Amino acid sequence: MPDRGIENCALNAVRAQGRSLVRRLVVVGASLAGLRAVEAARKTGFAGDITLIGAERHLPYDRPPLSKEFLEATEPGAEARIPFFRSDDVFPELDVELLLGEPATGLDVAGKVVHVGHRQVGYDALVIATGSQLRTLPGTEHMDGVHGLRTLEDSLCIRAALDAGARTVVVGAGFIGSEVASGARKRGLEVTVVEALPTPLVRAAGAEMGAAIASLHERNGTTLLCGRGVAAVEGDGCVERVALDDGTHIDADLLVVGIGVSPSVNWLEGSGLTIENGVVCDETLWTGAPGVYAAGDVANWLNPVFNVRQRMENWTAAAEQGAAAARNALDPENAKPYGTVPYFWSDWYESRIQFVGVPDSEEVLLVDGDVDADDRWTALYRKGDRLVGALTVNGQTVIMKYRRMIAQKSSWRDSLEFAEKRLASALAKTVGRDG
Amino acid sequence: MKVAVDFNKCTGLGICESMAPDLFEVNDDGELVLLKEDITDDELQSVEEAVAGCPTEALRIVR
Repeated sequence: MPDRGIENCALNAVRAQGRSLVRRLVVVGASLAGLRAVEAARKTGFAGDITLIGAERHLPYDRPPLSKEFLEATEPGAEARIPFFRSDDVFPELDVELLLGEPATGLDVAGKVVHVGHRQVGYDALVIATGSQLRTLPGTEHMDGVHGLRTLEDSLCIRAALDAGARTVVVGAGFIGSEVASGARKRGLEVTVVEALPTPLVRAAGAEMGAAIASLHERNGTTLLCGRGVAAVEGDGCVERVALDDGTHIDADLLVVGIGVSPSVNWLEGSGLTIENGVVCDETLWTGAPGVYAAGDVANWLNPVFNVRQRMENWTAAAEQGAAAARNALDPENAKPYGTVPYFWSDWYESRIQFVGVPDSEEVLLVDGDVDADDRWTALYRKGDRLVGALTVNGQTVIMKYRRMIAQKSSWRDSLEFAEKRLASALAKTVGRDG
Repeated sequence: MKVAVDFNKCTGLGICESMAPDLFEVNDDGELVLLKEDITDDELQSVEEAVAGCPTEALRIVR
């Protein structure tokens, strides 16, 4: 048996290398996780140098609105508000050096240097928060009218096409594609969503609930075609028609590709970090290299709440991990585990979809509402005798109660009892109102 | 200390309720209800987490 005490000492020694001498924090990735990393560093009182490196030329901005309210029609002449997180005077106030507009290209963990093209940026502590990049539809990269949705520019292009009344085809019935479809429908445009799998959202919500959520499309006048792939995107320089593998052709002026993302880790090739579905980290978001932590979409970390490895692609994890990674990077000897009950939301048409926990389960039970008839419903996910997940459509008043119950490792039985109580009290309210 | 909500920003996602249920609750209409404004010392950490976790950055602590 290895001596855990000695092993831990050795580990702490590696973690602590340079610890007493953290003079320079570098954060790679200037989106939500990166922003929260630099803000958390200053909040803890770190007075050394901070450099924030971002591939995009913009100051950090919020991405969820890009597929939601940013796509909504505005008054003629009015421009949509760009959802910057902070005004430009905030960064000088925080004394953060910004290196924007050029991506990091390499990492040397022995020399403690980040390469940005020819420039070398030395660090004592590093937070990797480079996020993820879009998967593309091969052969359409240079065709006009074909867009993914990740950046502000992507969203501006889609917005302009919707303003022009584009007949819209969305490939991929995931959350981003579905939000764009919803935005186009709200403007009264013709929209078709094409999904390669027989049921959408299986990975996010399970088969039964994936189908239930997807039914919102048909209810709102969006055509949903599942089990169909794109055979060809036709048009002379600009998309005109989408050919599906079952022979169907759909006329289109706008094709939005929402077929997922992959973690942005190419620049870490040869760095020696373990790359496997993102940057592999322990429960404190430490990558195993001295002073190097990861946060957000790139971080594949051990989530102590479920004791499983996870890589999140959601707002909450990016915000919290950014702050946690920075705090731990600045004080590795006292690094704290980061655990969470995952949470994401998506707004489609007039419905808010919310999910807490993990969808990997043995049973999914609808505890409130009828997915075919009602505007609001709640489903619970069981693994063993524990509640591990909850999904609501327009169930804002209960979803976070279930999030707490999952965090507290509530039993399945207690969770069902709670659901029954909620139903009874809702019924009493209705009776009271009607009577 | 008090917590302040900017209801122009808040969309009732409810992250705050999962962190500090004694202060926040989202009602049946999906709107956030501030159950109480004053923060005790014991509640401060969870309210700070709620402020940091709010996806619309609608919360702040007034000292």
